[in-house]
Amino acid sequence: MKFGVATSSAMEALFSNPMRSLLTMLGIIIGVGSVMIMMSIGEGARAQIEAQISSVGTNMLTFNPGGMQRGGRNQGGGSGRPFSETDVAAVADLPFVEAATGVLNGQVTAVSEDANWLTNIQGGSADFFKVNNWKVTEGREFTAQEAQSGSAVVVIGLTTAKNLFPNGSALGQRIRVNSIPVEIIGLLESKGAAGGGGMGQDRDDTMIAPLSMVRNRVTGGNRWVARHVSRIQFLVQDGYDVMQAQDEASQMMRERRRIEPGQADNFMIFNFADMIKQRQAATETMSTLLAFTAAVSLIVGGVGVMNIMLVSVTERTREIGLRMAVGARGGDILIQFLVEAVALCTLGGLIGMAIGWIGIFGYAQVAKAPMVVSPVIIATALGAAASVGLIFGFFPARRAAQLDPIQALRYD
Amino acid sequence: MANEKAIISCRDLTKIYVMGDQEVRALDGVSLDIREGEFVAIMGPSGSGKSSLMNLIGALDRPTSGEMWINGSALSQMSRDDLADLRNETIGFVFQQFNLLARQDAFQNVRLPLRYARKDVGDIDARAKEVLELVGLGTRMDHRPMQLSGGQQQRVAIARALSNHPRILLADEPTGALDTKTTGEIMHLMQDLNKQGITVVVITHEPEVAHYASRQIHFRDGKIETDTANPATLEGKRAHGG
Ligand SMILES: Nc1ncnc2c1ncn2[C@@H]1O[C@H](COP(=O)(O)OP(=O)(O)O)[C@@H](O)[C@H]1O
Ligand SMILES: [Mg+2]
Repeated sequence: MKFGVATSSAMEALFSNPMRSLLTMLGIIIGVGSVMIMMSIGEGARAQIEAQISSVGTNMLTFNPGGMQRGGRNQGGGSGRPFSETDVAAVADLPFVEAATGVLNGQVTAVSEDANWLTNIQGGSADFFKVNNWKVTEGREFTAQEAQSGSAVVVIGLTTAKNLFPNGSALGQRIRVNSIPVEIIGLLESKGAAGGGGMGQDRDDTMIAPLSMVRNRVTGGNRWVARHVSRIQFLVQDGYDVMQAQDEASQMMRERRRIEPGQADNFMIFNFADMIKQRQAATETMSTLLAFTAAVSLIVGGVGVMNIMLVSVTERTREIGLRMAVGARGGDILIQFLVEAVALCTLGGLIGMAIGWIGIFGYAQVAKAPMVVSPVIIATALGAAASVGLIFGFFPARRAAQLDPIQALRYD
Repeated sequence: MANEKAIISCRDLTKIYVMGDQEVRALDGVSLDIREGEFVAIMGPSGSGKSSLMNLIGALDRPTSGEMWINGSALSQMSRDDLADLRNETIGFVFQQFNLLARQDAFQNVRLPLRYARKDVGDIDARAKEVLELVGLGTRMDHRPMQLSGGQQQRVAIARALSNHPRILLADEPTGALDTKTTGEIMHLMQDLNKQGITVVVITHEPEVAHYASRQIHFRDGKIETDTANPATLEGKRAHGG
C-alpha cells in the first residue's frame, strides 16, 4: 500500500472544501470534547479521593445526629438530638479510640484592620488537629487548657489568613470574630480543595477555635442538651478493624441514647471510606452521562463522516478511475479514502480536544476540583476519533476500491 | 494460441454491452497480433468498436469472450491487482480528454504512476522532470492543467504515460481535441518514442494522423475490415513536418 500518495491526496481533499469538512467534523468535535471532559473528571475525582485518603486517613469515624423518626419519616441528617460533651468523653474512653473531638461549626464575620471576611468557624477539643490529621505550620495549636477554658484564640486556614491580611503575616494578630476580639495563635497547613469536605469547598477558608468558645460566643447553646456538639469525630487505633470499631461505638451510643433493641438508630455513624464511595458514585453518574453523550456524538459524527465520504467517492469517481488506470491497486484506493476519513476525524478530534480542554478548565474553576489532562486522556480522545474514522470510513473506502476502472473513468 | 513474437495478441475477442434488454455487440470476433516496436493506427467510423478494443488492450476492461495476451501473459488469468501492476509497469494510456488531476500541477500529475509503482523506480522527481523535458514542458512543471493549452495538457498526459518506462503506449484519439499544428507536434512526439522502441497504438479517424503509423487497421461494426502496412510512413511524416 502506498501511504504517501494516500496521505497527500487525503489532505488535498480535506482542505479543498473546508466548510463541508468542518460541518462533517461537528459530531466528532462534540464527541471527543465529551470524552476529554469525562475522563478528566474521572481522573480528577480519583486524584482528589486519593489526596483525601492520604490527608485524613481511613481510620476516622464520625457520629452525626441522625434523622429523627417522626411518624415513620426520616427527617434527614442533623435534625436529631445533638450529642453532648459527655458523649464525646464516652467515645474517647472506648479502648480502641486513639483520640476524639466534638465539633460545632458556624458562620462568622472576621474583621482585621485591613479587611472583612465571611468564613466558617469550627470548634473542637485540643485533639481536633490530631483527629483531622491537620498540622499547624506556623505558631501552635491551642492547648487542652485553652480548650477547657474557652480561650479567645483561633488557628486559621490559609485562605482566611490571606484575605484578612493580604499584605502581612496573620500570626499573632488580633482580629474580631462576630465582634469578639480573638488572637491568631497558629496557621494551618493547606488542604486545598482536595483536602476533603464538600465538593467545591475550599477547606482552607476556615478557622479552628476551642469548642466552648464557639458555643458561648458564636452558635449559642442548645435548649435541650447542655454543652452540645454537632458531631463527634474520632480516630480508631492503628491495627484495630474500623468496621468493628464502628459497630462497637454504635452499640455504645445506642445504649447511651436508650434505644431499645429492634428500634432504629437516631444517629448516624459513618467512616470516611463510605463518604468517599458516595462521592465516587456521584462522579460516576456524571461520567456515565458524559460517556453516553460522547458515544452518541461519536456515532452521529461517524455516520456524518460516512455520508460525506460516500459523496466524496461519487464526486471523485473519474479521479479514482484515472488513478486505477495508471496503476493504483484497489488497496491503494482503499487506503487513500481511509486516510482521508481518519484525517477528517482526527482533525475534528483535535478541535474537540481544544474545546474539551476549555470545558475542563471551566469545570475546574466552578467545581474547584483539580484539572487533570493526562497523556492517557489525550491518547484516548484522539484514538476514539481516529477509530471512528477507520470504522465509518471503511464502507465508503471499500466502495471506492471496488470500482471498475473503465466504468469509473467513463462516469460523469 | 498466442503469437509468441507479439507483444499484444488477441483471439476472437467479443465485447457485448447490455443496456436494459438491448445488447450492443461492440467487438465481434477480433483477432490481432501486434509485434514489439510497431506503430499501429486504428481507424474506422464512430461506434465501430475502436475504443472498446483499446480498453481491453489497456487492461482497463475485460472481454465478454475471447482471450488476450500482453507480453505472453493471458489477461484472463490475472487478478485485479495483477492488472493494476500491468497498467502501471507495461502500459501507458493517453486519453482523448487528457484526464489530468485538476488540482495538481503538471509535475505532480506525471509523478502519479511512479508513486503507485511497486518496483523500485529510482528517483521519482528526477524521472518526472526528465519526461516533462522530453515532451517539451520543462518550464511548465508547476502549471496546473487549467493554466495549460490543450496541446500542453496532452503532452503532460503523454509524459505521465511515459513516466514508468512502458513498453506499450496506447492513445485513444489523442489529437481529437487539438488543432492541426498541435496534432502534428504530438504525432511527431509519438513517432520519436516509437523509434526508441516503444510499441505505439493510436486510435484516430484523421487519415493525416494515421499516416504517421507503419500499419493501419480499419474497423467496421466491431470487426477488422482491413489490416495493411503503410509504406508511405516517412512521406506522411514529412508532409506534416512543418
Ligand atoms: N459502456 C458502454 N455501454 C453501452 N454501450 C457502449 C458502451 N461503450 C461503447 N458502447 C457501444 O459500443 C459500440 C462501440 O463503441 P466504441 O468502442 O466506443 O466505438 P468507437 O470508439 O469506435 O467509436 C457503440 O455502439 C457504443 O455505443
Ligand atoms: Mg472511441
